[in-house]
Amino acid sequence: MESELGLIEQSFISRYSLWVQEALGELPDSFTITDPWISGHPIVFASKEFLKMSGYSKNEVVGRNGRVFQGPGTCRRSVMEVREAIRDERAVQVNLLNYRKDGTPFWMLFHMCPVFGKEDGRVVHFVGVQVPISRKPRRAGGRNGVGLCEEGSRMSEIVYGSCRKEVCFDSLVDLGRVLSLESALDDADSRGFNIEESCEASDVEKTRAATAIDNILSVLTHYSELTGRLVCGKRCNLCGKVSSFLKIADDCTFCLLRYDCVAFRTDSHLPDMPIVYASDAFFKLTGYARHEVLGCNCRFLSGADTDPSMIYRIKESIQNETACTVRILNYRKDKSSFWNLLHISPIRNASGKIAYFVGVQMEEGCKNQVENGLSPEMRQLSAVGAVRIAVRSLTMGAGSSKS
Amino acid sequence: MMLRIKRVPTVVSNYQKDEAEEGARRVEGCGRNCLNQCCIPGAKLPLYAFKKRNVNNGDTGVPGHDKREPPVAFLDSLLLGEWEDRMQRGLFRYDVTACETKVIPGQYGFIAQLNEGRHLKKRPTEFRVDKVLQPFDSSKFNFTKVGQEEVLFRFEASEDGEVHFFPSAPIDVENSPSVVAINVSPIEYGHVLLIPRIFERLPQRIDRESFLLALHMAAEAGSPYFRLGYNSLGAFATINHLHFQAYYLAVTFPIEKAPTKKISTLNAEVKVSELLNYPVRGLVFEGGNTLEDLSYTVSDACICLQENNVPYNVLISDCGKRIFLLPQCYAEKQALGEVSAEVLDTQVNPAVWEISGHMVLKRKKDYDEASDENAWKLLAEVSLSEERFQEVNALIFEHIASGNNENENLPEDPEVKPRSHEEVDATINKSSHAAMVGETQECIVLQ
Repeated sequence: MESELGLIEQSFISRYSLWVQEALGELPDSFTITDPWISGHPIVFASKEFLKMSGYSKNEVVGRNGRVFQGPGTCRRSVMEVREAIRDERAVQVNLLNYRKDGTPFWMLFHMCPVFGKEDGRVVHFVGVQVPISRKPRRAGGRNGVGLCEEGSRMSEIVYGSCRKEVCFDSLVDLGRVLSLESALDDADSRGFNIEESCEASDVEKTRAATAIDNILSVLTHYSELTGRLVCGKRCNLCGKVSSFLKIADDCTFCLLRYDCVAFRTDSHLPDMPIVYASDAFFKLTGYARHEVLGCNCRFLSGADTDPSMIYRIKESIQNETACTVRILNYRKDKSSFWNLLHISPIRNASGKIAYFVGVQMEEGCKNQVENGLSPEMRQLSAVGAVRIAVRSLTMGAGSSKS
Repeated sequence: MMLRIKRVPTVVSNYQKDEAEEGARRVEGCGRNCLNQCCIPGAKLPLYAFKKRNVNNGDTGVPGHDKREPPVAFLDSLLLGEWEDRMQRGLFRYDVTACETKVIPGQYGFIAQLNEGRHLKKRPTEFRVDKVLQPFDSSKFNFTKVGQEEVLFRFEASEDGEVHFFPSAPIDVENSPSVVAINVSPIEYGHVLLIPRIFERLPQRIDRESFLLALHMAAEAGSPYFRLGYNSLGAFATINHLHFQAYYLAVTFPIEKAPTKKISTLNAEVKVSELLNYPVRGLVFEGGNTLEDLSYTVSDACICLQENNVPYNVLISDCGKRIFLLPQCYAEKQALGEVSAEVLDTQVNPAVWEISGHMVLKRKKDYDEASDENAWKLLAEVSLSEERFQEVNALIFEHIASGNNENENLPEDPEVKPRSHEEVDATINKSSHAAMVGETQECIVLQ
């Protein structure tokens, strides 16, 4: 037992360094990480929220296979879907009925994805996110979800809060992609679940699961850089080099927002556009930490004296799917303000669809931006270019096992 | 006899009109900000001056060896920034990032792109495909006719051996500037053309100096996903004005994944290998004590091919550390009616990118049905036969071994002196060309 736990610890720390546990611990989501290379495919990490939802303690969970959370009411077909996804080393999103330690069942949306080692493209872990499904009649989800979106960045708390009572979690872990570049909504659309489930996840829940995956992958990717044993959420051994595109851009301050054009067209209110990636320079400029930013809408940068007409211009350009540059007053975490020369531009995925918006921030009057003779405007544009290439390449499905 | 094919030429510049219209448009002081005498005085461009490297930094594992690299990824940033700027200004004929693309499942993962816009609005034009070297024809489109806004920057060797960047430098025609311009029909993001010594109006023909420039560009960009390519005449170059192409695609190309077998190590540690288990036969050059060693060896091989009238493509990959040389015979086969109808129907022109595994498809049907098998089928038509390939190799090695193929460091004789086709056939005296000898009628293939 002792040696197996050692193996588990090693599985995790040798890949992501000692500090990853703390970083993952700060994420609010319920999730688990499993290692398919250890016999029994055990859980090697479980988030606090997962433990809370399931009623188990950490020691009761780590080292065990996720199936212990299943019970008599769990749909075998869904379990099979998950099993197949593990075998095929691909992502999956299913509704699952799981059981707490005290035997009470709960519904959750289980989103799982593989994490690949960059050096050889092999799966190293699976990440599984468990989003509780609020009890609603089927099909009511969509509209309702959009309604929640209007609340903007508060959305996740609300959804989360309402779910606390029926906490769920699940057995397997899920995946994510490095930048998690595939739109969650795309995924949800293409995965037709047409089962006699009594509970179906809403779009909001699906988005939330995908966002959680993004955040977790982002942390894992980041910490894997510390050990030099890089991981990514896409199976392609080029990922390491792809992210080097973003490294170019990492000197620039930018963030990538997920965008769903369908939601924009069908709703007069603007749905949320969660941040799925942000550069190191972004954190430096704003004073926020990665986990405080990922999954949130950029509006946390606005404050009391931000000119609403500038915000309107940004919204307008997003709605028109065009690029724009504005000068806007933004606020750091410590409440200090700065003039931001913000350039935003729509970014297409490999299918040619606009799936993201990039926002490149530049603090007005910041001197160190002119160091190598390229104008700040040119550097902003080069960041946009680097992001376009990275997104396009990462969504091409290199080596996808799905034919 | 003369072999020709008809194909839709690629529109690389917004100033490139169908040849018939061209004459009428050329007016003195044209007022469209071109690169000709009428508009060039006073014109300015950014200038990126690279440091000539004495040591092949190919082994980047050696840290800090005289490697003052302040502009980390600087060329990258410059190129991407300028390109994005042109994109936002709407200079391209279409948004290439809106073109669907995917990796085809299979051993090498061929890359398919559906590009329905690239070949529209242009009439098919006849191309002579049986002469790899043809004299420069100033009546045809050439890059001095592009608009200044299509030129991104000058790219030249630094005079004092250090990297320099000048955001706005005058264009001095006398100094033979080399420039990087956009291709207005891009096949991927960042698609540009490197035009060595643009005002010297060189025909599409490799020389040592120009090839070294291209290699420097790959090295300076420093990204394995920024590759340069070259198509000779007869191997799908459409403009007879010396140029290399380049673009970004952050995916490993199939040709880069193919196994190789070492054939020989030449002077200065340049290693030559042969591609194995790849649909197109070709040579891979790598190593060399200096960047120049590698560059000169490859350019000598290219010079040998063009002098022997063998059409070829070149891919400069891995930041200039690996170079693929691919003699090909597709256009010739096409002109002779030897390409299968099925393959011809796709209208894919197998130039350097297609041969490297990046297939740009014009029809939705071909994109949807793209498969590993189809890619192999197409590329198999491009490759020389094993017998012919070995003959060509023998020519190359003989040429390289004889040394001093070119007066070192001297600009070469600007006069084009290709050997005639008959001469070449006499020299090589090989079977695959025999069919063409003695025929007098022209073969014209309509694509």
